[in-house]
Amino acid sequence: MALKHKTPMVDELMSGPWPSFVADIKRLAERKPQCDDLLGLLELSYRDKEGHWKHGGIVGVFGYGGGVIGRYCDRPDLFPNVAHFHTLRVNQPASKFYTTDVLRKLCDIWEEKGSGLFNFHGSTGDIILLGTTTDQLEPVFYDLTHELGMDLGGSGSNLRTPSCCVGRARCEWSCLDTQDLTYDLTMRYQDELHRPMFPYKFKFKVSGCPNDCVAAIARADCSIIGTWRDNIRIDQEAVRAYVGGELVPNGGAHGFEKRPLDIQAEVIDKCPTKCMEWDGKNLKIWDEECVRCMHCINVMPRALRPGEDVGATILVGAKAPILEGAQLSSVVIPFMKMEPPYEEFHEFVEKMWDWWMEHGKNRERLGELIQRLGMREFLKVTGLKPDPRMVNTPRYNPYIFFDPADVPGGWERDTKAFRERHQP
Amino acid sequence: MPFDPNDIMKDRLTDIGPPKFDKFFPPIVKKNYGKWKYHEIIQPGVLVHVSETGDELYSVRVGTPRLVSVDFIREVCEIADKYCDGYVRWTTRNNIEFLVSDKSKLQPLIDDLKSRDNRFPIGGTGACITNIVHTQGWVHCHTPAIDASGIVKSVMDELYEYFCSHKLPAQVRISLACCLNMCGAVHCSDIAILGVHRKPPFIEHDRVQNVCEIPLVIAACPTAAIKPKKVEIDGKEYKSVEINNARCMFCGNCYTMCPALPIADGQGDGAAIWVGGKVSNSRVPPKFSKLAVPYIPNEPPRWPTIVQTIKKIVETYASDARRYERIGEWIDRIGWERFFEKTGLEFRHEHIDDYRLAMTTWRTTTQFKW
Ligand code: HEM
Ligand code: HEM
Ligand code: HEM
Ligand code: SF4
Ligand code: SF4
Ligand code: SF4
Ligand code: SF4
Repeated sequence: MALKHKTPMVDELMSGPWPSFVADIKRLAERKPQCDDLLGLLELSYRDKEGHWKHGGIVGVFGYGGGVIGRYCDRPDLFPNVAHFHTLRVNQPASKFYTTDVLRKLCDIWEEKGSGLFNFHGSTGDIILLGTTTDQLEPVFYDLTHELGMDLGGSGSNLRTPSCCVGRARCEWSCLDTQDLTYDLTMRYQDELHRPMFPYKFKFKVSGCPNDCVAAIARADCSIIGTWRDNIRIDQEAVRAYVGGELVPNGGAHGFEKRPLDIQAEVIDKCPTKCMEWDGKNLKIWDEECVRCMHCINVMPRALRPGEDVGATILVGAKAPILEGAQLSSVVIPFMKMEPPYEEFHEFVEKMWDWWMEHGKNRERLGELIQRLGMREFLKVTGLKPDPRMVNTPRYNPYIFFDPADVPGGWERDTKAFRERHQP
Repeated sequence: MPFDPNDIMKDRLTDIGPPKFDKFFPPIVKKNYGKWKYHEIIQPGVLVHVSETGDELYSVRVGTPRLVSVDFIREVCEIADKYCDGYVRWTTRNNIEFLVSDKSKLQPLIDDLKSRDNRFPIGGTGACITNIVHTQGWVHCHTPAIDASGIVKSVMDELYEYFCSHKLPAQVRISLACCLNMCGAVHCSDIAILGVHRKPPFIEHDRVQNVCEIPLVIAACPTAAIKPKKVEIDGKEYKSVEINNARCMFCGNCYTMCPALPIADGQGDGAAIWVGGKVSNSRVPPKFSKLAVPYIPNEPPRWPTIVQTIKKIVETYASDARRYERIGEWIDRIGWERFFEKTGLEFRHEHIDDYRLAMTTWRTTTQFKW
């Protein structure tokens, strides 16, 4: 069947070594008019250098305040099949393993009731079902819950779908059970996920170690990053094997040739705290000076492993630039054991949310509220004690907001006694 | 019980959450959960993980365009059924991993993937350019200043050799966000492509009061550029807003709140390029990406200037950086003055920060290079 729309510009993206989304959509467009119209609309955008989607509109499934993004095209006259083109966010299983059985069922549902196009995955982690009409939202939701045991993820001013790295499922460095914690948070906070009650969005992301493969420190209002308190585990024989050229450094990540590792230049000199020494036979690490940056472990994965007294560093406040500028998360709990049932962590989260819900302005992320009301206030409401690990440096402006409670007599002054000591 | 459109509450299931993660684990992952001992990348895109139990798991990583069809997913399923006992996983950067526990299936899997035209490029491991994390662009969003999928395809086509090799000094993470909202949050990437608008929104005074909550629009502007204003058109008074164009930094936030303030403009819009961010804590702490090029116009369908600018940065870095140095670490060593000199990129007034806390980025030492 010939396609309805001519798309010469978009078609130029069919060639080249990288897989082409255009070629993929085209094969579906043969039987899905929405896909044909979507390519036509994209061609129009390529000509105009402007998008052709209209903002929002409130659509959703009954009882949920998120999980669906309303979308209308501004040229329904030309592209009637994408006049309404709403998106559903489907909560992915933590770390994104699937069976082909569940994927095929998902495809069947989505081909019948939607455009047949996905984002696998959206940048928050959800499976994005891209494009359907309002009347199909409830049927799709019904099929997801009944046939696949799947549910919608978050959108709007609510908890966004938590996500994590591959963790213990396939990584030897994970200092906590990233999937289990992600699943626990997702299930415990279903209400917060589905019904907007926050000033703005809130994200949890869980990485198993300081390599931070889900970019938690940059992307999550609450970043949970695995770490350890004891010593890096060393297999001295394997260290010698790296130095002797019997093992490939970095597990091959920087080239596959077997070559003697220059342990001084490539490991010891790159260590940010210079806490290692090599005497030609043994590697010594002064673990009390180690800041657990992972570099040495990354270079010699067969010889070094994180310690065994594991847990997580909790950081809060990362966000993209809107509104107050980009922020990375900052350390507020240097170390917390992270084992089921995670009660200590839940308690922390709920105190933090209560404070944010009470004081946060509309569309104010947690990080911005902390900036506005102060880290001191945040620590107070969450019951945390100041710790040098929370700062890069102590403050260097002298504008200290002293607490009257810490000053003998508070801010009351005996003015008369003062004037007895000083003449006016 | 099938769905009953007349009674949506019948048999309704809500708040069931996602499937538990281990429901879809292959048996070898279930068995070795938390027991992995070490890994090795045996060729670009192919990893082996070895467990304390002695089990070996091979992962073959392939890139995808992220925006994919049911036909594509079904093809993935066909492959996973054939070689991986019906299991497959995705990574955070939109790559697919086919996992095999039986080494004899590894080469046939690789050969099969290679036989399917360009649909399953193997790579994305180690010191490479892996898949570009990106947002929606003109395919689905309402505020983009650039397309997403088309630019990603064009950049990956040009840098393809780096996807399937480990020849860079360290990994280079590229990401793209099509407006300042940064759904793709590019602010910590080695190289980031960010859609930017350069014309303030225009105001459809006769529509504002009907389609917008004016106080929310005003509150949404990060620079407080928007004020309420009554406007008269043809003798009729409308409640509307005015925008102080001099204060606008083109974030599009107001348009998100109010569709009567369109910001998109074919002539004004385009991309800025940012460099030197990272998230991992390896060696040096995470860093934000910094501005390298303030504006490149939209050039669909292949965006040659964006592509060539990124290629230039990557090649300069590849020839000049030392092993393990991420782009940001390399620039810290050579200095920004050298970065601009070596890449030939022009340093303009847009590079000098003039937003809040700008002075923290100005040079407060006499140390610099000639
Ligand atoms: C076998 C498992 C993995 C190993 C051994 C591993 C190793 C590493 C290492 C060593 C780093 C730090 C790089 C550096 O800055 O020096 C890193 C960072 C990262 N990894 Fe992984 N990784 C693994 C799995 C993954 C997966 C599955 C993904 C997702 C696709 C991923 C995504 C990332 C990202 C996004 C970063 C952050 C890069 C940055 O700093 O910008 N990793 N990983
Ligand atoms: C390197 C890996 C990158 C990954 C994995 C990455 C992935 C993502 C993803 C998935 C999002 C979606 C936002 C969301 O989750 O809702 C995102 C946004 C973001 N990305 Fe990237 N992108 C990368 C490049 C970068 C890099 C390198 C980082 C960090 C490393 C990064 C930082 C962010 C941030 C900070 C956000 C969201 C900010 C927010 O939630 O406010 N991006 N990025
Ligand atoms: C802990 C905080 C600070 C302390 C204890 C401090 C103390 C002092 C003292 C004792 C002097 C010498 C006054 C004199 O010559 O009689 C001085 C001078 C000065 N301070 Fe500070 N100061 C502080 C912070 C700052 C800050 C934050 C600034 C501005 C950013 C600043 C700017 C100056 C300047 C410009 C001078 C005059 C320098 C000169 O005459 O050479 N100070 N400060
Ligand atoms: S964050 Fe650490 S534990 Fe998680 S996958 Fe990356 S390297 Fe492994
Ligand atoms: S983890 Fe980092 S800080 Fe610790 S010893 Fe290794 S290189 Fe040094
Ligand atoms: S980055 Fe901006 S334009 Fe792109 S999907 Fe997000 S909100 Fe839309
Ligand atoms: S685009 Fe952003 S800065 Fe400009 S007026 Fe709108 S909200 Fe304010």
